[in-house]
Amino acid sequence: MATPTMDKVDDAKPAAVPSPYITVTFRIRRFNPEISAEAEWQDFPIEIDPKERVLDGLHKIKWETDGTLTFRRSCAHGICGSDAMRINGKNRLACKTLIKDINPEKPITIEAIKGLTVLKDLVVDMDPFFQAYRDVMPFLITKGNEPTRERLQSAEDRERFDDTTKCILCAACTSSCPVFWNDGQYFGPAAIVNAHRFIFDSRDEGGEQRLEILNDKDGVWRCRTTFNCTDACPRGIEVTKAIQEVKRALITRRF
Amino acid sequence: MKIHKYDTVIVGAGGAGMRAAIESTKRSRTAVLTKLYPTRSHTGAAQGGMAAALANVEEDNWEWHTFDTIKGGDYLVDQDAAEILAKEAIDSVLDLEKMGLPFNRTPDGTIDQRRFGGHSRNHGEAPVRRSCYASDRTGHMILQTLYQNCVKEGVEFFNEFYVLDLLMQEVDGVRKSAGVVAYELATGEIHVFQAKAVIFASGGTGKFFKVTSNAHTLTGDGQAAAYRRGLPLEDMEFFQFHPTGIWRMGILLTEGARGEGGILRNKDGERFMEKYAPVMKDLASRDVVSRSIYTEIREGRGCGPEGDHVFLDLTHLPPEQLDAKLPDITEFARTYLGIEPYTDPIPIQPTAHYAMGGIPTNVRGEVLADNTTVVPGLYAAGEVACVSVHGANRLGTNSLLDINVFGKRAGIAAAEYSAANDYVELPEDPASLVVSQVERLRSNTGSERVHDIRRELQETMDANVMVFRTEQTIKTAVEKIGELRERYLNVSIQDKGKRFNTDLLEAIELGNLLDLAEVMAVSALARKESRGGHYREDFPNRDDVNFMRHTMAYREVGDDGTQSIRLDYKPVVQTRYQPMERKY
Repeated sequence: MATPTMDKVDDAKPAAVPSPYITVTFRIRRFNPEISAEAEWQDFPIEIDPKERVLDGLHKIKWETDGTLTFRRSCAHGICGSDAMRINGKNRLACKTLIKDINPEKPITIEAIKGLTVLKDLVVDMDPFFQAYRDVMPFLITKGNEPTRERLQSAEDRERFDDTTKCILCAACTSSCPVFWNDGQYFGPAAIVNAHRFIFDSRDEGGEQRLEILNDKDGVWRCRTTFNCTDACPRGIEVTKAIQEVKRALITRRF
Repeated sequence: MKIHKYDTVIVGAGGAGMRAAIESTKRSRTAVLTKLYPTRSHTGAAQGGMAAALANVEEDNWEWHTFDTIKGGDYLVDQDAAEILAKEAIDSVLDLEKMGLPFNRTPDGTIDQRRFGGHSRNHGEAPVRRSCYASDRTGHMILQTLYQNCVKEGVEFFNEFYVLDLLMQEVDGVRKSAGVVAYELATGEIHVFQAKAVIFASGGTGKFFKVTSNAHTLTGDGQAAAYRRGLPLEDMEFFQFHPTGIWRMGILLTEGARGEGGILRNKDGERFMEKYAPVMKDLASRDVVSRSIYTEIREGRGCGPEGDHVFLDLTHLPPEQLDAKLPDITEFARTYLGIEPYTDPIPIQPTAHYAMGGIPTNVRGEVLADNTTVVPGLYAAGEVACVSVHGANRLGTNSLLDINVFGKRAGIAAAEYSAANDYVELPEDPASLVVSQVERLRSNTGSERVHDIRRELQETMDANVMVFRTEQTIKTAVEKIGELRERYLNVSIQDKGKRFNTDLLEAIELGNLLDLAEVMAVSALARKESRGGHYREDFPNRDDVNFMRHTMAYREVGDDGTQSIRLDYKPVVQTRYQPMERKY
């Protein structure tokens, strides 16, 4: 950290701090169709402080060892949703997973999320995912004239859909869902979460339309309540609960 | 190479780009080119709120907001622009609410508001509740809401298209915008987009610092493209250091934490901001708080074994309040530091956060080629631009406001320009610069690595042009950046492929960072005064006689190909507020 002063005095204190670094093996599923049609596992031993993120480890490999290693990332603190990947068999954000929390004694396996076409290494084709999102009409639908000021909404009504507003569209939920793995036509948890966010918003008047969309054969009824999505969500959204609430709304037509 | 033709092309899909796209798509055939999927943009990382004098919870008005913005910017703000910002803030917030943004609510069901740094009642009397917010993820909700409305309006996106060059053509002695050149990340293909109007909304450039709240992808791509085409960059020496970044990591912890009652403490547990800002205390403007933190650290009152941070104390706030109002940042503390904010204070240090400077524009979002001349067909909005509503220091919650007010204005102005004007002919071989840049980087066999140069750049920027600067430190930075620019010519990458070549992407980004770091340091060296975010220990006072003016930096190329930076200055627009001493 730098706070330069005009009269810079470096009181070079001998730092007798023990090295925080450990050696960890990242076992990464590599795929580059420009080179080979086959995917393969590759091991990278790295020296790293276990309090660092898996993303830091990936950067270390990319920046110091192998520049061809390819993954998406941006904010690096779990808010942009770029770096969902399968880490030790579980969907997580690489920037929100600390190495010490996933047993660095053993090789850490890292592969692309499942159910979407892998384009290169950890990068998948996100277009089908975003298409499902767009299909549920993820925007406020209202009728009649707009008020001059804001629409009123009680704090309780606002709270009703708070959980599902947290979604960052990282696809960790959808790509952890066994139904989605078997049938890419299924809307998947993330699209349903975003439909929920509007269906249960007291200001919205498009709930019936969205419910009809989700009543489709590829809609909510495909959900087998395996809770993978809830476990995978890096934002802590109760995804399965939201899906159940949409199912209930379809039966009772009350929301 | 593919050639596309659109009325309006928008570069960037964060808040400003998408707000512009919603307007522009209604009025003209529009394409949005974005390096990232739109919902990945860094607008989503903004937390605390968006300022607007709605007066939903206490007396407030836009005139007070205008004054606070001007004072916050240490009088370098263009006052006509600040007035527009504060006036249009109200409709801007209401627009977002109508688009569906889930703001927190008052017991009456109106939009709730909270306190934020530098926002005051009646010209500095006391803090005022002006920030409209959605928990501590206001930026996330703005980004989502704008993307949702882009889906609704059928906005056409080109995702993971990285714009590398701005095309300009001289027509009857006037340089006009003709389009842009983009690199498609998925395929490595180069695309030329011919457009009647171009809007740059590509965000900030904070990644030339090491400790920063900025995303890896914030590398000043738009600023660098404009600068390389001979357009000036305004006030680049003014960079904001947000007081509360997570110690060593730089991850942002919202000022809203102090708005909710959080307190900064030194190693003795003292609430030190009382000394530096007796009225606003922890809610003084960000430049003031960041300097106060470093003063505490330098005088030996920092926390931890190395005394290199202070604490953000939330332990006196009820856990229910933290859960309801600050859930994300308290989770950051738990995830990244293993700290429970209910019971333990959070170690923080200032983090490089926001570029006040950028591509100069007028209040319609039109880009300026010098102090007064508009570039026909070229617009900019958001952090990439300098209107200047933030002057020497931006107030918290004014950036989410800026992107909405000026994104909308630029979107409308650009689409109206497209409707009234014809295409400018593309230059001959329009992609040549980009093709040669990409080919050079792909085929270079030099021994330099992107990572080494970037790390050294970040280290020198943190050490020399951060919160405290002197002639000596800035000169050290200028020299180092010059050396790194030389070494950059020898940079080689390992990935030679076409498909998702992020190795190449990072090399190009580094080139942009080096250009902009140099502009920043050279601009800072020439400003021999202290104002807002630019603090010179060798010139600790504001000097209105010599420096009440905007810096305008131009890239000059000599006949022999040598590059240099020419500095010019532009007057500040003053309407009703006379500069006063700034106290909080």
